[in-house]
Amino acid sequence: MFYPIQLLADWLTYTVFGIIPKTLLASAVNFFIFDTIKIFILLAGIIFIVSIIRSYLPPEKIRVILSRKNKYIGNVPASLLGIITPFCSCSAIPLFLGFVQAGVPLGTTFSFLIASPMINEVALVLLLGLFGWKIAIIYIVTGLIISILSGVVIGSLKVENLVESFVYENSVNGNNLELPSLSRIERINYALDYTTDILKKVWPYILVGIGLGAWIHGYLPADFLVEYAGSGKWYAVPLAVLIGIPLYSNAAGVIPLVSALTEKGVSMGTTLAFMMSVTALSLPEFMILKKVMKIKLIFIFAGIVSVGIVFTGYLFNIILK
Amino acid sequence: MKLEVIGSGCKKCKALFELTEIVAKELGIHDTVLYSTDINKIVAMGLMSSPVLTVNDKPVLVGMLPDKERLKEIISKNI
Repeated sequence: MFYPIQLLADWLTYTVFGIIPKTLLASAVNFFIFDTIKIFILLAGIIFIVSIIRSYLPPEKIRVILSRKNKYIGNVPASLLGIITPFCSCSAIPLFLGFVQAGVPLGTTFSFLIASPMINEVALVLLLGLFGWKIAIIYIVTGLIISILSGVVIGSLKVENLVESFVYENSVNGNNLELPSLSRIERINYALDYTTDILKKVWPYILVGIGLGAWIHGYLPADFLVEYAGSGKWYAVPLAVLIGIPLYSNAAGVIPLVSALTEKGVSMGTTLAFMMSVTALSLPEFMILKKVMKIKLIFIFAGIVSVGIVFTGYLFNIILK
Repeated sequence: MKLEVIGSGCKKCKALFELTEIVAKELGIHDTVLYSTDINKIVAMGLMSSPVLTVNDKPVLVGMLPDKERLKEIISKNI
């Protein structure tokens, strides 16, 4: 499917830049050109499609679906709907308040809040483009399981008292809300705006990430990291999760980098755990959530998700050996 | 004419506010564009994304930052 891009990358590397084939430089340059073009094509295409779907299912409509659902079954659609919803930390508070005040159970709200940033289209494109569809599917499925189960656990802990009291003082009825209606052209415009918005935001990170990745691909020896981060090292997974927490805004740059590190001996489970930590556990989001919940609840939420991610890491280190 | 940008105070919200000020001026609207970081207003309208742009308290743009031309189109359609 990406064969024409490979031809273009070969032509640019060997003919236009005149780099001698089979050298380290040629390998790095070729890798960089090929990956960059491939990733940007995939990003533009997939973000556009997801935005079109989303224009039919904004969070306000999702809330109507979720507030009708039963307390336990609700976690499944909440996580699934989280996939198509973009997550920007600027919307974390209105989402949380909007859900809880419309009567969506706390556990269901958390399932949504976890799935939404963890399974996002930028991460999926990078996984698909750099690791292949099998890893992308493993990531989606385990991400869904983690967000469903974490939501169920938080729901059963009865921690409503750890939500700031003002949250429950108001209630909204979202059922009769009239949103600005959209014509087909407006939907396409919305999707185009959204796609360019995201591309503008992530392109420098992706270029730097792929650039570093290309350098690692070309210049580091193949088993360089096995000694430090191979599947035999028990501490690799929790360490990867810890390192991932402050990296949220750079998810776009981190994934290409990690894909190169995986080639050099970091085991796949550790890599998956790292990427989940980068997307799902975000320091800025925790700080923002402090406005609506007590710190204890943030720790409970981060703790449960971390346990899920660490478990996933160990599991795939064993399975994908 | 009441134009108000409501957001959580994030970068995108400020950017929308600044862009709205420019566009309002270009459209010959002399009222000051209001900027609020009171998220409860968004939630009370039943919305859940930030930032929101309202024209005379009616939400016309939810959760995104359009380019200048599109913003102009949206505002002039709603005044």
